[in-house]
Amino acid sequence: MTAVLFGQSGMENVVVRGPRVFDPTEGVDEIIDVRIDGGIVAAIGLDLDTNEHRVVEGAGLVLAPAFVDPHVHLRTPGREDEEDITSGTRAAAAGGYCAILAMPNTDPVVDSASVLGALVEQARTEAEVPVGFLAAITRGQKGEELTEMVELAEAGAAGFSDDGRPVVAPSLMRRALQYNVAAGRPIALHCEEPTLSRGGQMHEGAVSAELGFGGYPAVAESLMVARDLALARYEGEALHLLHLSARESVEELRAAQSEGVRATAEVTPHHLCLTDEAVRSLDSNVKMNPPLRAEEDRVALLEALRDGSIAAIATDHAPHARHEKEVPFEGAPFGVTGLETAFSVLYTRLVTPGLLELGTLLERMSAGPARIYGLECPRIAVGAPANLVLLDLEATWMPSETGFRSKSANSWLLGATLQGTVAMTMAAGRTAYSA
Amino acid sequence: MADVHPLIRDELLPPQQPPRRHLISIADLERDDVARLLALSRTFSRSLEREVKKLPALRGRTVVNLFYESSTRTSSSFELAAKRLSADVMSIKATGSAVDKGESLKDTALTIGCYDPDVVVIRHPEIGAPNLVALYTSAHVVNAGDGKHQHPTQALLDLYTIEEELGGIEGLHVAIVGDVLHSRVARSNVQALLLMGARVTLVGPPALIPRGIEAMGCSTSYDIRAIRDADVVYVLRMQKERMLAGANYVPSLREYTARWGVTRDRLRSGQKVMHPGPMNRGVEIDDEVADMADALIERQVRSGLVVRMAVLYDLLTHGPVEVKVAEIEEVA
Repeated sequence: MTAVLFGQSGMENVVVRGPRVFDPTEGVDEIIDVRIDGGIVAAIGLDLDTNEHRVVEGAGLVLAPAFVDPHVHLRTPGREDEEDITSGTRAAAAGGYCAILAMPNTDPVVDSASVLGALVEQARTEAEVPVGFLAAITRGQKGEELTEMVELAEAGAAGFSDDGRPVVAPSLMRRALQYNVAAGRPIALHCEEPTLSRGGQMHEGAVSAELGFGGYPAVAESLMVARDLALARYEGEALHLLHLSARESVEELRAAQSEGVRATAEVTPHHLCLTDEAVRSLDSNVKMNPPLRAEEDRVALLEALRDGSIAAIATDHAPHARHEKEVPFEGAPFGVTGLETAFSVLYTRLVTPGLLELGTLLERMSAGPARIYGLECPRIAVGAPANLVLLDLEATWMPSETGFRSKSANSWLLGATLQGTVAMTMAAGRTAYSA
Repeated sequence: MADVHPLIRDELLPPQQPPRRHLISIADLERDDVARLLALSRTFSRSLEREVKKLPALRGRTVVNLFYESSTRTSSSFELAAKRLSADVMSIKATGSAVDKGESLKDTALTIGCYDPDVVVIRHPEIGAPNLVALYTSAHVVNAGDGKHQHPTQALLDLYTIEEELGGIEGLHVAIVGDVLHSRVARSNVQALLLMGARVTLVGPPALIPRGIEAMGCSTSYDIRAIRDADVVYVLRMQKERMLAGANYVPSLREYTARWGVTRDRLRSGQKVMHPGPMNRGVEIDDEVADMADALIERQVRSGLVVRMAVLYDLLTHGPVEVKVAEIEEVA
């Protein structure tokens, strides 16, 4: 398979001295040194020689495999005022990510090898951490004709998605699954039945009834999830479900998985931490698609994340210009940023109260998404490239509008106190972030 | 040069901006607030019986009416309410203003804020617009209707009308009939009526009764016969302009009228009928019902004036913080 991640790499020599090395996939959890020679993990042991290496003091910190975000909007090309490859990958590095995947709903849409090729060239020199680019399933994401999927795969597409909108016609969705046998890349689906979600501003339920917002019912998602799983079952093909939000969708996913359908799914930090009650604030930074749903949905998502039915955490990092979000809720675009806050908020809101094991969180933010897209899993083992994150689980911080590396600050966590910070990120053998 | 030890005394610090009170949603009010506003409305009602109707209460204060949606009774009654209290009033309509040139609500709010208005009254098609204006001006904000969300002064004038007509609100049963889904009037009224101890039943076609609205504390029925139990039948406007083409909430207005139109024979004698206006006669309400003696529709309009006077007066004079400011002004 051709390479699908593009960005800077390095051959740094580093010794991390005395951290708690925690790699749930490799089954490592002990206080020990790690030495990196030429960007590769060369030794794991007690009292390692530093040689001439740079020494990073790790005492009291956790060294884990760095994170992989399978769902980022880099807004490039077209809206470089909101995010570009440099700012987006800087934000990723600051959040502990060693690799991210960018969605193709840009302007123009990433639906041809030429648009994809330009992004790949840009990423090779500008990306602080390696980036993969998904290409569109349909031309212009219009849902009418398939893109040239084989050529796109050869040009380095990491997968295919019309994210932002569903593939509405079932026949076209079926053709995409069929043809992808030749392209051989993951297909990632935004499940939304548009006639049911039309006019929807938030989850349909008691809160939308009271506030008067147009409802976006859970069934608008789960109906499309059921359809796509039925097509995957019929064709015997794999698919990946983006940003699940509803309990009913989780039930459809579990049923299909138990029948042997090769279906994977992801969930966002905001769907794991918030419910539609948050919309009472009328803050446009809690407006996203799919919308925040009811408590029973949140609980079902968390349970599915714990048991592995949902194997990945994705930020759906969606930067928006300040002036576009500083409008009444109804006029604001959907989407919030998440790269720089994902680990901290999940550690604060789920791990510290005992709702999620730290090991599970680390796995679902790293190996989980990597496996779905066939990427090399970040791991702490001799011979593996240095894709590492050094975490301070005691330190607290407060996200503020001016503190982000991202060009946009439409975060739902402005002013919140979060526990857990990223002290250093190494991506592809290179220090991409250091606090 | 001698060391200067700055002596910071409270009164030398720049004055802190007092927290501004707004009227954005009935949900923000306590029962006492409503009772106070209704009592104040009664006082103003008596004052309007005098030959000279203008009171000097808000002389020197500025009220800005900012209307992004067409409105006859709400904008005119806010304007007259402010004038009756001797405030200076400036009315801005979205058409023909900078809004037409694409100015954002935030910038409009900042611009208006430069004139130091005391109150900004805003009507806007989008939920949350008054909250946004409150963020960017230092004025008290009064919501005159934001999208399908809230229309608090309408609910207050309806409470006032009911109280005047029936002597109280506690224990009454009010049926609200029609397009609840698209109605800010219904949402504000449900909250206001429940707050004051009434019982509320929402009646209408299934797709126009929002799923989950029972959580507010009201009951629902899809059968028009449910209105017979009520003391007051509150008829909502069938908002044709809000119906998305082809949305099929109901198959036709004709069928709506046949099933849910409020007619004489669906009412019990002695039931009071209300409507926020403007009415679609022959659609949600029968001509005969609209004009009958038990219809309170014109009284609602009259109530609108005194209730809005009470709201403006209360925001600008009530509360310890505001009283202090007033005293300082008098000394100066």
